Amino acid sequence: MKMTISDRILLLLTGLLAAWQVAIGIDHLDTLPVIAYTLGFGVLLVAGLLLIILGFEILDSPTVVIVSTLIPLSLALGLAWQYLEAYRTLYLIFTLGGFLAVTLTRLIPTPGKLPVFTLAFVHGVAGLTIFLLPLILTTNGTTRPGFALVGLGGALIGLGGLLLSFLKAGKPILSRETIFKILPGLLLFMTTAFVAGFLFG
Amino acid sequence: MSQSKIEILKSKIRSYWPLIKSLQTGLLVATGLAGYMSARCPVFNLGTMVGLFVSLMAAISGSTILNMWWDRDIDAKMCRTQKRPLASGAIDPTEALRVGLALATLGVALAVAMDALYGLIIFAGLFFDVVIYSMWLKRRTCWGIIWGGISGGMPILAGRALGLGSLDWIGALLALGILFWIPTHILTFSMRYFNDYKAAGVPTFPSTYGFAVTRATIAISSIFAALAMGWAAWGIGMEIGYLRVLFVLSSGLLALALASVFQPTERVNFGLFKYASLYMLAAMLLLMV
Repeated sequence: MKMTISDRILLLLTGLLAAWQVAIGIDHLDTLPVIAYTLGFGVLLVAGLLLIILGFEILDSPTVVIVSTLIPLSLALGLAWQYLEAYRTLYLIFTLGGFLAVTLTRLIPTPGKLPVFTLAFVHGVAGLTIFLLPLILTTNGTTRPGFALVGLGGALIGLGGLLLSFLKAGKPILSRETIFKILPGLLLFMTTAFVAGFLFG
Repeated sequence: MSQSKIEILKSKIRSYWPLIKSLQTGLLVATGLAGYMSARCPVFNLGTMVGLFVSLMAAISGSTILNMWWDRDIDAKMCRTQKRPLASGAIDPTEALRVGLALATLGVALAVAMDALYGLIIFAGLFFDVVIYSMWLKRRTCWGIIWGGISGGMPILAGRALGLGSLDWIGALLALGILFWIPTHILTFSMRYFNDYKAAGVPTFPSTYGFAVTRATIAISSIFAALAMGWAAWGIGMEIGYLRVLFVLSSGLLALALASVFQPTERVNFGLFKYASLYMLAAMLLLMV
């Protein structure tokens, strides 16, 4: 499917927002969250640029599943490290183990539904962390109300992940054309929610 | 000026515009501005910036026109370039030579008038590009691109030298970053247009050493380009946040270079070519901030 000028503009804005977050938005944080958010937003930045350059066909590459796992995993790790002190080590192990599991089950031929189950589990836990944790933190007054926008970003990343995963699995929820039509806007909306959430939270 | 003379001038500018390769020239001018601003940021001297811009624009445009003038015979043999104004005969070669020489002279003269060292480096870049690379080595050896790369590194070195009044290791590293970036740019291009270059009898890395070696060369030079740019940025004292962005963009460059080695496709190769240009532009913008 051919990419339109407006798609390119939306993706460029996504990349610029992600770059701003990496450059300025995370300066005040501890080392590990800085690394985690740099990874998450960095993947978003490079992905936006590569989509502009190579078009939607790049999403057909098998490595996309592995690389795109980095976004929810690293953002979730950053949030957990910041706000769930008691579970820091556990979440770090989950992140590293989860990424390793997704990579191995994608690279090595694995029988049955293990690759899909692994992907669903890792994305599910990370996605729920990004979605629920900011909402809980906002509700109990730990963070300012604006931080709930990070949760909105988590919901959007979950939606995008679901659409793309089912499409790649051959059971699309929406048609390929529709997904690609809404993807640039969804990515920009998601990144804006994350950046605004971190800024105003 | 009468209406007809204005029309003629407009027509000339339209026909000469493709001769200066505006995107490539613009990118090289941006490296020169970035080199200057890396030494003098924040910049208050608008006059110097304008002088820098005009001298670089004139020298690089002149150099590009002279290259096209020299290469018009091989351009005519290549599908990609045969519609260029000189190759297709749309512009008189003697006139193009005069315009090229005039622009190059203007650029170098203005540069020398601004600062002798700055002018010398601009002249060296022009000499390496037109005489050493295009006239001497391009048709003899695929290694000629090294000289093309060295000349490509001259604007950023010149800009920094103008800002500092001397040469320093950071300027050398920045120039080295461009030198290592050039293979990523040119070799990817020479793989995409392999048959074109072969038909014109121009030796390239792919035709001399094969595609696998070329891809490995691109990957290695990308690593060195990223290292040189990162080291220089650190030396300049770039803020940590911008260093992170540079690191992210460099990682993208390395990932694409490695993808072109292990999963080579036409799309990945051309993606790398485009990303490399975008990477350099972004790196220059970060240096200017």
